[in-house]
Amino acid sequence: MSFMKSILGSVAALALTTTAALADPAIIFDLGGKFDKSFNEAAFKGAERWADETGGSFREIELQNEAQREQALRRFAEAGSNPIVMAGFAFADALSKVAPDYPDTKFAVIDVNWLSMPNVRGIGFNEHEGSYLVGMMAAQASETGVVGFVGGMDIPLIRRFGCGYAQGVKAVNPNATVIANMTGTTPAAWNDPVKGSELTKAQISQGADVVFAAAGGTGVGVLQTAADEGILSIGVDSNQNYLHPGKVLTSMLKRVDIAVYEAFTAGNNLETGNFMGAVGFAMDEHNASLVSSDMQAKVESAEAAISSGSLSVHNYTDDETCPAVSF
Amino acid sequence: MDVMPKWADVVLVPLFSLVLAAFLSALLILAIGESPGEALKLMVEGTLLRSAGWGYMLYYTTNFIFTGLAVSIAFHASLFNIGGEGQAMMGGLGVSLVCLFIPWPHWSLAIIGASVGAAVFGMIWAGLPAYLQAKRGSHIVITTIMFNFIAAGVLNFFLVGALKPKGSMDPATANFPASTHLPTFEDMAQLLGFEKMFRSAPANVSFFIALMACVAVWYLIWRSPLGYEIRALGKSGPAARYAGVGSVKIIMITMMISGALCGLMAINTTQGESERLILNFTEGAGFIGIAVALMGRSHPLGVLLAALLFGFLYQGGAELALWTKIPRELIIVIQALVILFTGALTMMVRAPLERLFLMAWRG
Repeated sequence: MSFMKSILGSVAALALTTTAALADPAIIFDLGGKFDKSFNEAAFKGAERWADETGGSFREIELQNEAQREQALRRFAEAGSNPIVMAGFAFADALSKVAPDYPDTKFAVIDVNWLSMPNVRGIGFNEHEGSYLVGMMAAQASETGVVGFVGGMDIPLIRRFGCGYAQGVKAVNPNATVIANMTGTTPAAWNDPVKGSELTKAQISQGADVVFAAAGGTGVGVLQTAADEGILSIGVDSNQNYLHPGKVLTSMLKRVDIAVYEAFTAGNNLETGNFMGAVGFAMDEHNASLVSSDMQAKVESAEAAISSGSLSVHNYTDDETCPAVSF
Repeated sequence: MDVMPKWADVVLVPLFSLVLAAFLSALLILAIGESPGEALKLMVEGTLLRSAGWGYMLYYTTNFIFTGLAVSIAFHASLFNIGGEGQAMMGGLGVSLVCLFIPWPHWSLAIIGASVGAAVFGMIWAGLPAYLQAKRGSHIVITTIMFNFIAAGVLNFFLVGALKPKGSMDPATANFPASTHLPTFEDMAQLLGFEKMFRSAPANVSFFIALMACVAVWYLIWRSPLGYEIRALGKSGPAARYAGVGSVKIIMITMMISGALCGLMAINTTQGESERLILNFTEGAGFIGIAVALMGRSHPLGVLLAALLFGFLYQGGAELALWTKIPRELIIVIQALVILFTGALTMMVRAPLERLFLMAWRG
C-alpha cells in the first residue's frame, strides 16, 4: 500500500512538474543580443526579476539570423512555453504569421502595437513623451544653449525619440539649438560605442554641453565621452545614471523590464490587445546634485500635463515630420 | 607509392578534420559545464529526426550550394572570389526589383524572372573586379572583398530609402506580391498528401535549382570546352595563353558565372524565405561558401555534401540555442572550428595522415 502510495505520489509529483514546465514562459531576444546594456538587457532584467521572485525558470534564445525568428516562435509554442515574449519591432512580421496557428499560446511583443490578434499583447511606448521630459531637463541644464542628440540606427522609432527631445528643449528655451546625429543605418549602429564617442566629440566642438543618447550599446561610448570631456549626458531605456555618477543628468526610462515582468507574471492570463508601457525620467542619488528642485518641479508638471492630455507632444511616426528639428 | 590514393585523400582528410573539430568542440562544451553528448543528441534530433528540421537544414544548404559552387568555379581558374557576400546582396536587389515591379501571373514564371534578375546583378558585381583583375592586374581578393562593403552600402541605400515603405521601421522592402511566393517543401508535401510535413520550414523549390546548378557546373567544368579553358588557365596562365586561351576573356567569364551563382542564392533567401528584401539576408553564406568549396574540393558533389554538413551545423546550432544555455557566441565558435579544420587546416591534417596511411598500407 505504501509502495502504491509512493508510486502515486511520484506520479502526481511528475504530473505537477510537467505542468509547471509546460507553463514556463519564454523570451526571444533580437539580433542585438541580450547583453546590450540597453533595450534587450532591460527585457532580460525583467525576466530575471520574475525568475528571482517566483523561483520559476524561463526559456530564452538570442537569434542568429532572420530565418530563426519564425522558427524560435514555433518551437517554443510547440514546446508549450506560455507566454512567449519578443523584444523588438522586427518580430511583427513573423508573429502575425505564427500567432494564429497557436491560439492557446499567448504572445507579447515589445515595440509593436499595431497588431490586433486575439492572443497577442502588443506593448508600445510613448518614447516622444519621455524624451520631451528629458529634453526639458537638458535645456535647463545647458549653459551654452546648444544640446545634442545621438541616435542609434536611423529608423522612425529613433527619430521619434529625437523629435520629442527637441520639442522639450524648445519648450524651455525657444532659441536653443539641437544638433541631431544618427550613428548609422544598419543594426550595427546599435553597438558602435566608438562612433558614438566620435559623434559626441563632434557635437561638443559645436558647443553642445548636454547630449542625449538613444542608441542602445552605442550610448555607452556617448556617456563615456561626455563624462571625460566634462559635459552632461542623458541615458536611455534603462536607468544609466549610475554609469558615471554626477555626470549623467538623467535617463529617459522606457520600462521594457516592467513590460516583460508583467507578461511573465500574468502567465496564461495575459491580457491581450495593445497597451502602452511606462516612460519617464530617472532620479536617484547619482544625479541628485545635478537636478535642482526647480528643474524637477518644471519637468514633473509637464509630465502631469502630458498624462492629463493638456500638453501634447508631436509624435514623429504619425506623419514622419518633426516641427522642432530636422534629421 | 608515396602519396595516398585519391579516395583516401578525398574521404579520409575531411572526415578526420571533422573528427578533430568535433573533439575540440566537445571539450569547449564540457568547459562551460554542458554535456557534449546531450548537445550532439539535440542537434541530431532537432535536425535529422524532424521533417521541419530537414526543412531548415536544406534551406541553409541551398544557400551554401550556390555560394560553394561559385567559389569552386573561380578556384578552377585560380581565382579566389571572396566577394560572394556582396554578389549575393546585389542578387537580392535584383530579385526584389523583379518581384516588386513586374506583375507575375504565377510563381513558376516569377522564379525564372527572379533568377535572371539575381544572376545578372550578381554577374555585374563580380564582373567589375574581374575586369580590374584581367585588364589592370588589381588583385581579385582585394577588390572582391572591397566590393562586399560597397554592396552593403548600396543595399543599405535602397532599403533605408527608395525601397522602404513609408512609415516602416524595418530597413526592408514591402512584401512581395503573393503570386511570386515560391512553394515550400510544406506545400509540396501537402500536394503529395502528407499533411504536417516540413511544417513552416523555409526550404523551397530553389533547392532543386541548386541541385540543377551542381549538375550544370559539373558539365561546364569537366565536359565543355569552356571548362577546359578555365581549368587550363587555372593550372598555368602562361601555358594556357600559349595555347591560345584568352586570359582576359576567361577571367571575365569565370568570375561572372561565379557572381551569377552567388546572386542566385537570393532567390532562396529573399523570394523563398522572407518574401521581401531585408538587410543581412546573406547571413554570412558568401563566406561559408569558401569553406564549402575547400571542403568539397571544388567538385560539385563535394560541394553538395559539404553544404549539407554546414546546413546541419546551422540548424543544429539553432537547436542548441533553443534548448540549452550554451551562449550564441560559443555556437559560432563551434561552427568556426569546423570551418577552420575542414577549410584552412587541411594541409596540416593531410601530411601526418598521409604518413600514417602509407605506414598502414605498406604494413
